[in-house]
Amino acid sequence: MSNVFTLLVAREARLLFRRPAELANPLVFFAIVIALFPLAVGPESQLLQTLSPGLIWVAALLAVLLSLDGMFRSDFEDGSLEQWVLSSHPLALLVLAKVLAHWLFSGLALVLLAPLLALMLGLPGHCIPVLLMTLLLGTPVLSLLGAVGAALTVGLKRGGLLLALLILPLYIPVLILGSGALQASLQGLPVVGYLLWMASLAALAVTLTPFATAAGLAISVGE
Amino acid sequence: MQGKNLPPRIFSPAPSPKVSLSLNSPLLEAVALACERDWRMLFERLELRLAAGEMLQISGPNGSGKTSLLRLLAGLMQPTAGDVLLNGQPLAKQRAELARNLLWIGHAAGIKGLLTAEENLIWLCALHQPASRDAIWQALEQVGLRGFEDVPCHTLSAGQQRRVALARLYLAAPPLWILDEPFTALDKAGVAQLERHLAQHCENGGMVVLTTHHTLANTPDGYRELDLGQQQP
Repeated sequence: MSNVFTLLVAREARLLFRRPAELANPLVFFAIVIALFPLAVGPESQLLQTLSPGLIWVAALLAVLLSLDGMFRSDFEDGSLEQWVLSSHPLALLVLAKVLAHWLFSGLALVLLAPLLALMLGLPGHCIPVLLMTLLLGTPVLSLLGAVGAALTVGLKRGGLLLALLILPLYIPVLILGSGALQASLQGLPVVGYLLWMASLAALAVTLTPFATAAGLAISVGE
Repeated sequence: MQGKNLPPRIFSPAPSPKVSLSLNSPLLEAVALACERDWRMLFERLELRLAAGEMLQISGPNGSGKTSLLRLLAGLMQPTAGDVLLNGQPLAKQRAELARNLLWIGHAAGIKGLLTAEENLIWLCALHQPASRDAIWQALEQVGLRGFEDVPCHTLSAGQQRRVALARLYLAAPPLWILDEPFTALDKAGVAQLERHLAQHCENGGMVVLTTHHTLANTPDGYRELDLGQQQP
């Protein structure tokens, strides 16, 4: 069973690296959105620094959302999902492997890119570890929650907007905690409470959302 | 909906004296099956039985519900009314049993264009029935893809891609095969070979349900045809 899990992660990795544009698009989007703000708001560093926690988190959230629509689409169209549903392995396990692979190659790259962009916005260096921690805990939650919406909308012709409407409200707690932790660290306040909350959200998402996603996929395949 | 008062149609086995297989307990059964799509009744009160050694060809005009029937039988879709039974038990209650017994190749066969033939099969085997690398290479050779094992599937022709999916039939395969248009894009020799292979599988006690528009030249003893075109009220 764990064999299937690792095989699926390896297969997804292979697929993504043979189609690198899909990998790069959310990252480039993330970088461009962040780069737009100094241009729009003006280069006043004090203002940018105050805004930066919110900016980074909203941009990260939108970048993840952008990558979600395609998460199950090609598997749906080429019949792979039918094979998953009919397999003797639990669908939730396959889903977890798929989302983990998706996060490893899109979410993790985003986490690694974020400190650079944060420094560009004038976020002080002592906040960078907190930024990394919140993104490391928060982006898996975004991917896992997004997978539920992606599974439900995969059968629709234009599911993209519906997906955003379904999923963005669910992202609010992650957004509040993530940017809240950064704000607190900017002001020199303790952040452990925020991080613990985010960790518990991540634990909840890992354990519960694969079942919801699996149910969504079974519905989409059964249409 | 007008067909409510009609007697249920029972598709009896082929009138060949040699066959008494469907008197055995049937593996796959449909009881009073109905399927409605977009407020249109595709078929209703459909009864069928499939026991070891039998092959069922589902035919009918486009849009008559052939693929829907296959998806119902494979448990991918829920029927509007009626039940699909596996060994006498409803399908929904025995997913694991179904997964062990069923090989499904849909119209889209689950082959990734970016992966090679070998990688595709390794994954599909891991998902369903574990097979060794040697067995996979042998199966690819049997479907005439020797030398194409490590070529990305999107560079193969449509017929060759179909052959990659069909290579699963040459691996250690479960007894019940449900195949949606397996002959699509195959050349004449490929069609003849697949027909022989399907007949062989039935003669070895397997079961095949398939849709195709073409007339099968090579059929096993337990062959029947179900015309969904005659089902419509």
